[in-house]
Amino acid sequence: MSKQFQFKLVLLGESAVGKSSLVLRFVKDQFDDYRESTIGAAFLTQTVTLEDQTMVKFEIWDTAGQERYKSLAPMYYRNANCAVVVYDITQSASLEKARTWIRELQRQADPSIIIALCGNKTDLSARRQVTQEEAKKYAEEEGLMWGETSAKSGEGVSDIFTAIAKKLPLTAAPSSRAGGARGGAPGAARAGVDLNKQSGAQGGPNEACNC
Amino acid sequence: MDEEYDVVVLGTGLTECILSGLLSVEGKKVLHMDRNDYYGGESASLNLTQLYRKFRPDKAPPTELGRDRDYAVDLVPKFIIASGELTKILVHTDVTRYLEFKQIAGSFVYRDGKISKVPSTEMEAVKSPLMGLFEKRRAKKFFEFLQGWKDEDPATHQGLDLDRDSMKTVYEKFGLEPGTQDFIGHAMALYLDDDYISKPARPTYQRIVLYTSSMARYGKSPYIYPLYGLGELPQSFARLSAIYGGTYMLDKHIDEIVTDSDGKFVGVRSGNETVKAKQVIGDPSYFGAGKEIEGGKLRVVEDGKVVRAICILKHPIPGTDDSDSVQIVIPQNQVNRRNDIYIAMVSSTHKVCATDVYVAIVSTIVETDRPEQEIAPGLQLLGPIYDKFVSVSPLYTPVSSGQADNIFITRSYDATSHFETVVEDVQDVWKRVVGKDLELKKREVEAEP
Repeated sequence: MSKQFQFKLVLLGESAVGKSSLVLRFVKDQFDDYRESTIGAAFLTQTVTLEDQTMVKFEIWDTAGQERYKSLAPMYYRNANCAVVVYDITQSASLEKARTWIRELQRQADPSIIIALCGNKTDLSARRQVTQEEAKKYAEEEGLMWGETSAKSGEGVSDIFTAIAKKLPLTAAPSSRAGGARGGAPGAARAGVDLNKQSGAQGGPNEACNC
Repeated sequence: MDEEYDVVVLGTGLTECILSGLLSVEGKKVLHMDRNDYYGGESASLNLTQLYRKFRPDKAPPTELGRDRDYAVDLVPKFIIASGELTKILVHTDVTRYLEFKQIAGSFVYRDGKISKVPSTEMEAVKSPLMGLFEKRRAKKFFEFLQGWKDEDPATHQGLDLDRDSMKTVYEKFGLEPGTQDFIGHAMALYLDDDYISKPARPTYQRIVLYTSSMARYGKSPYIYPLYGLGELPQSFARLSAIYGGTYMLDKHIDEIVTDSDGKFVGVRSGNETVKAKQVIGDPSYFGAGKEIEGGKLRVVEDGKVVRAICILKHPIPGTDDSDSVQIVIPQNQVNRRNDIYIAMVSSTHKVCATDVYVAIVSTIVETDRPEQEIAPGLQLLGPIYDKFVSVSPLYTPVSSGQADNIFITRSYDATSHFETVVEDVQDVWKRVVGKDLELKKREVEAEP
């Protein structure tokens, strides 16, 4: 049987750089030009299968707009295993914002967090303001992963998530690596009490998605 | 800030965050602001830096307490009753997916200078030092009566009427001693004083049933507690609100509640920006609590005070079998007071402090002008105290329902040991704001196979 691991992934970046679109492309392979900024879901999940058949399930947290006025709660960063910090290659200011978010992550998140810097909107490369060299150089200096994507065309999207999956430490026990409140591999014992189960509500702790 | 909202919510305490979340789910356009740069208001959990900044602005946290980020010290000592109303809201809104809970390991009661476990099973009752042999038999009959009570079956009533007979009558019927009444009324029904004894027995019956059913749910105590502190609760409801379109602004100073010539709510001013909304909901601190009234309208009044001492310990509380978390109730009769003293303790098991540190909060309703002395019987039970942060908080309550001016004010967090009164306030404000009772509907959840 193949092994399955679950990780909490948080998205960060300025408003309108395409964070939600990136997730929508990755999770549902869809794109919507006139997307509302809220997503209406607690978080989405998507599984990446690596070459050795290891399954890496991402529990993806969107900011739900709380980044807009610097109002993200500590809960958002709590137990995050990886973060994708998104900027818009057509807006150089958005890379500056990404740097701020990366500093915030280094301050608030677990020191072992894996951070990927992601330049989105390569379909608009005619209006490019951020060169690949500039972003790459910064990523190298800070020890971050880096990649470019187009949520609109799909280019590079699965690559960046797969790259993160490969970099995550797949050695630890799945249950202990699972981010946040949700249990790890199916059947893993939860240390805490499960309110849902006891109250007879639908859905167990591992059915983590309400997308 | 140039948009117009249905509701502006001021303060990110638990009450306001639950309301904000439920209103956003209902489709209301909500703007939620807080003057602090952190979530939770009076019900926040603070890290060491924030804790010292609040209570001791001129002193840095001692390095030997460990890393700042390991701490989430609650400002208000409350636990969640496992079968209580907050649990229902947590489950129905599905915010449980952001939270992880642990049990509180034990519930203790103080009697004759010692603390004992509150018996929760027949086995524990038989072994409990709280009652003598004959009293145990009487107590057993009393609990069997409560468990067996059926409204529609007079045979289970033993001649008593819960709606008409006082609790005193019920206690007398079973011949329970004053000491037993103390632990039933205060450690199980969780009354803060003895006023309930002369009132009809039904609310007490309901509270005991809530206690015993909560106890039965997970086993060790009737309480559960969120990992990383109570401050996770407002944060999780804030996220619910945001997911349903709510806008969040922390670190935002509120300068004025703007009203029209009739005194009706128009908007909220911050600096030279004014944001308009149909209604405003907020905690008392945004509506003149504790301030001199200068021509403005009196909107909140003080209704008593609570003294709370946050104590950092390097050891579990003596006499609790080294429990990692406890509640201790000191019934008022035991220490010649009118109101009970509570101790609530959590530790690193709940991810609220460094390993080998224990955080206990001793609290009571203030009866004299020397509040710190009033909690001395509680402090004495703790053993050596590494550090202590004492505060006296006035409890504010709104003077009007808000229906006339669209200004809806929540209550301060009271001295009870749980969140039942917080949920009552949520239900009450909801009814005034929306115009109908709060009905908890299970959120539409598209389950992933």
